[in-house]
Amino acid sequence: MTKEQVMKWLEDVKDPEVPALSILDLGIVRNVLVTGDNENSSVTVFITPTYSGCPAMDVIAMSIRMLLAGHGVKKLAIEQQLSPAWTTDWMTDEGKRKLKEYGIAPPNRKAFQPLGLFEEEKVSCPRCSSDETELVSQFGPTSCKALYKCLSCKEPFEHFKCH
Amino acid sequence: MQSNTNTASPSAAAAEAQLKYTLQLADDALIIGHRLSEWCGHGPILEQDIALTNTALDHLGRARSLYQYAAELFNKLPSEAKNNFFTSIPMQQLIASGNNIGEDNLASLRDGWDYRNALLLEQPNTDWAYTIARSFFYDAFNYLSFKCLSDSPDAVIAAIAAKSLKEATYHLRWSKEWVIRLGDGTEESHMRMQKAVDDLWMYTGELLAPEKTARQNGVDGSALRQPWLDIITEVFSEANIAMPAGTWMQEGGRDGRHTEHLGYILAELQFMQRAYPGMQW
Repeated sequence: MTKEQVMKWLEDVKDPEVPALSILDLGIVRNVLVTGDNENSSVTVFITPTYSGCPAMDVIAMSIRMLLAGHGVKKLAIEQQLSPAWTTDWMTDEGKRKLKEYGIAPPNRKAFQPLGLFEEEKVSCPRCSSDETELVSQFGPTSCKALYKCLSCKEPFEHFKCH
Repeated sequence: MQSNTNTASPSAAAAEAQLKYTLQLADDALIIGHRLSEWCGHGPILEQDIALTNTALDHLGRARSLYQYAAELFNKLPSEAKNNFFTSIPMQQLIASGNNIGEDNLASLRDGWDYRNALLLEQPNTDWAYTIARSFFYDAFNYLSFKCLSDSPDAVIAAIAAKSLKEATYHLRWSKEWVIRLGDGTEESHMRMQKAVDDLWMYTGELLAPEKTARQNGVDGSALRQPWLDIITEVFSEANIAMPAGTWMQEGGRDGRHTEHLGYILAELQFMQRAYPGMQW
């Protein structure tokens, strides 16, 4: 059993709140350690939360556990790693493409270029690509998303916030 | 400091001080998180209801990380120090049983006098203006202190602070905007915002009170006072809110002396674990 093999398997673990993305697309898996030989291999997966209170972390940890058990991993540890703090800059380009295809506008600038007071993030509509959009709420159904509506095609949509 | 052969070594005393400070940070996060979550289903409009519950979740998430770390620090203390650390009977019973403690025990089994949160954070929601004022004072403090704590020599505290700083930045932007919106809004909203600010002002001194352990973690209350006031005055001037004239500051939360409001919070927060110890669902 190798690290590469385990990483490949982990592609099947999706974020329960954004099922279009794997935990690798999101940059949630920080590292995988494999020690020992086949039968006695022990695996440690280091994961980092997107937001401090993200309730998806428990589900993700459980999904990793079930998946790796299915691949015959008997000794598994899942460690939460807080440092360095997760940022949307770690999301892969492939991840951003999948997100848009799924109907969520991906983060469109580098994190830590904070917006001014009352300044609205310019976000294009993931459906019709129009730049004529309007912020509905800075906060959305999950910590990582804000709510927008498109003024061209009139559809509401979610934006994955830069963080 | 007096010491004899039976009491803790200097390193044990330092560990105890760091544990107390960790609990203080955790209690701040849990209590404000609980207060904000009380708005769930009661927000003035749906978007703001969601904003508050999202923010509450950030605070609760930070509380969890800090309580996990506090439990780890506690479980490493020498047994004598453990026995004397908490005064709450359910904690003492748990410790006497010889079991390790965990994050849930710290949240559910401590009475008010073992809680170290700032008094500001336990103040009731009252109305939208009070909720905004309370968050604004705390968010500005968090934003500054998490910056400092990100360089704490304690790697766990530093990691939690660096993570939380990003969230605090977002919270502060939100609460600033609301202070301005209400203060510079209608006659009624201005009056209410000013009243909330005036009433809560006496609880802000405690946030910046100089503390030895805070300083060792990089947070110097007296040095942060001016940058904190700068944030407040800048927003107040844009919001047409007058700086409160009062200088008397009420403290006590850091020593477990609380206002009457904390007891009601804990009664709701802890009921299930007190009535059915160790229950899970």
